[in-house]
Amino acid sequence: MSRLAVPKTYKLYIGGKFPRSESGRSYEVLSKDGAFLANAAQASRKDARDAVVAARAAVKGWSGSTAYNRGQVLYRIAELLEGRRAQFIDELVHSEGLSAGTAEAAVDLAIDRWVWYAGWADKYAQVLGNGNPVAGPYFNLSVPEPTGVVAVIAPQTGEGHSLVGFVSAVAPALVAGNTVIVVASEAAPLSAISLSEVLATSDVPGGVVNVLTGSPKEIAPWLASHADVNALDLVGAGGLDWVQLQVDAAETLKRVLAPEDGPDAAAPSLERISAFTETKTVWHTKGLL
Amino acid sequence: MTIDTGAGSRTAHPASSAEAARAPHTTAQSASSAGAARALDLLDGPVTDTTLRRYLEGIPGVDAVGLEQRAASLGTRSIKTSSKKLALDRVIELIDLTTLEGSDTPGKVRSLVAKAITPDPSDPSCPQVAAVCVYGDLVPVAIEALGAHHAPRAKAHGVTGISVAAVATAFPSGRASLAVKLADVADAVAAGADEIDMVIDRGAFLAGRYGEVFEQIVAVKEACRRKDGDDAHLKVILEVGELVTYDNVRRASWLAVLAGADFIKTSTGKVTSNATLPVTLLMLEVVRDWHRMTGEKVGVKPAGGIRTSKDAIKYLVTVAETAGEEWLQPHLFRFGASSLLNDVLLQRQKIRTGHYSGADYVTID
Repeated sequence: MSRLAVPKTYKLYIGGKFPRSESGRSYEVLSKDGAFLANAAQASRKDARDAVVAARAAVKGWSGSTAYNRGQVLYRIAELLEGRRAQFIDELVHSEGLSAGTAEAAVDLAIDRWVWYAGWADKYAQVLGNGNPVAGPYFNLSVPEPTGVVAVIAPQTGEGHSLVGFVSAVAPALVAGNTVIVVASEAAPLSAISLSEVLATSDVPGGVVNVLTGSPKEIAPWLASHADVNALDLVGAGGLDWVQLQVDAAETLKRVLAPEDGPDAAAPSLERISAFTETKTVWHTKGLL
Repeated sequence: MTIDTGAGSRTAHPASSAEAARAPHTTAQSASSAGAARALDLLDGPVTDTTLRRYLEGIPGVDAVGLEQRAASLGTRSIKTSSKKLALDRVIELIDLTTLEGSDTPGKVRSLVAKAITPDPSDPSCPQVAAVCVYGDLVPVAIEALGAHHAPRAKAHGVTGISVAAVATAFPSGRASLAVKLADVADAVAAGADEIDMVIDRGAFLAGRYGEVFEQIVAVKEACRRKDGDDAHLKVILEVGELVTYDNVRRASWLAVLAGADFIKTSTGKVTSNATLPVTLLMLEVVRDWHRMTGEKVGVKPAGGIRTSKDAIKYLVTVAETAGEEWLQPHLFRFGASSLLNDVLLQRQKIRTGHYSGADYVTID
């Protein structure tokens, strides 16, 4: 007797939970050669709105945790990814049509990027911050602080983009203590959803990362114009009307990163961390002891 | 689906008795005896614990499953954007903007009043709230801050203005002697409060001393009268969270209406269980039945726990479907709320600008 297949339902990840789309919509995810892979939830603007509420609620806890603690949490994601290598390799092979070797290399790269950014969590402030020279009996300090809620359009093309591109865009925003709403690759969303299962079972608090699957073209304008979103990473928005997205974002004074294409898109850099920080400068009296 | 309204069906009075119930208003009697006289007709005798118990405990029990289903079905209405816009404005007009904290300062009350006058400074078309609700000792602060926007002064200029409501009678527990409660009320009324939110003695009610609760409401109603003949409106807080059962809520609603309440209000907002849609529906049914029997209109005020526009609109639907659309006016329906206003403002901004707004664009209370 043949065994009945048990296909996996790929849902959204909002506020630490896995809801279906509020709209009830889903779309077919196909492999590179057109074979049916799965049904994924097709997020609506209301799902985006709910994700912003969840992300906003999570800002206080995540940005308030110590930098060391954030580093540990991010490193733990890498640990868990390592344990589920086979699943991610398999998904890359099927959804992006990569060879097993290339997929394995992509998963390795994604894990290494988590580790790289995890290391920065308690170090970036030393590089970006400063003790400013002053001509008086007080200290003057500049420290970077998280911007708040960051909306990310994850890379939509490129070899291994659905995992490596996703990680490269999300990880740096998390380092400083921002919370993230990310619109995953439309064509290959499976890795992103599986990654959110990893996030849900690691130590990342619910709402810190929120993953939407569906059409970036439909969702991005709502995120760009949403007044409660503080920054916008358009790294994967090259195929959209991204100039208009920047115009929308300007209405509420968001920080914006422009689209990037090619194999080096969202390459690891300190600039990706500093892009979503605000520099706070304070003075403090010198102790009299 | 219809709900067995219990008291309404049991007391299916002929028109003549409805006339009799209204009679006190045509004769020059004091407010206290008006309340008592309303009751006399229903009770077949003088108002005592015994007659009240015979009446109130004779009201059939509430069909809890049916009530909750009805409330749930009223909550599923789809509201189109143009209707939603009107509904949101109406919600604002029905809000009693409330601050009832031990930490209230004159400054906090002034900022509350400023918000009541101009809920959304970025939009001049935004309506004002119905009233501000504060503790009795802060009434003078609220009136001074309202200035020409205070309802009695505003009326002279032909606008509605904003009323000042004060909680009294040892709010929120109601555990004090009647003399202390009446002094509390008299204080607030003398300070200029337009509306008094009193709490019933839940202890007495639950112990079955209905007569005592009745007498207290009548006495407080009397204390709401001003020398100039103008009444402060009396809202009677049932504190449904402490009454526990729907049956008790229905009995307490009837008791308060019989005793002469202008409004029945769900809760103080100080216990874990506050206003819910089924409880409000139940109270609206009592008010509707009273109106059918006597032609008098009593208001309903759900308070506590209503935080989102979505919830507030469900209440509007429930009011319109139960008591009728004429109840959707500030003198017959209010929301006791503080954080609700901000959510309504965010929704208004969303409709006006076409994009989602955020908490940075409304005041922090």
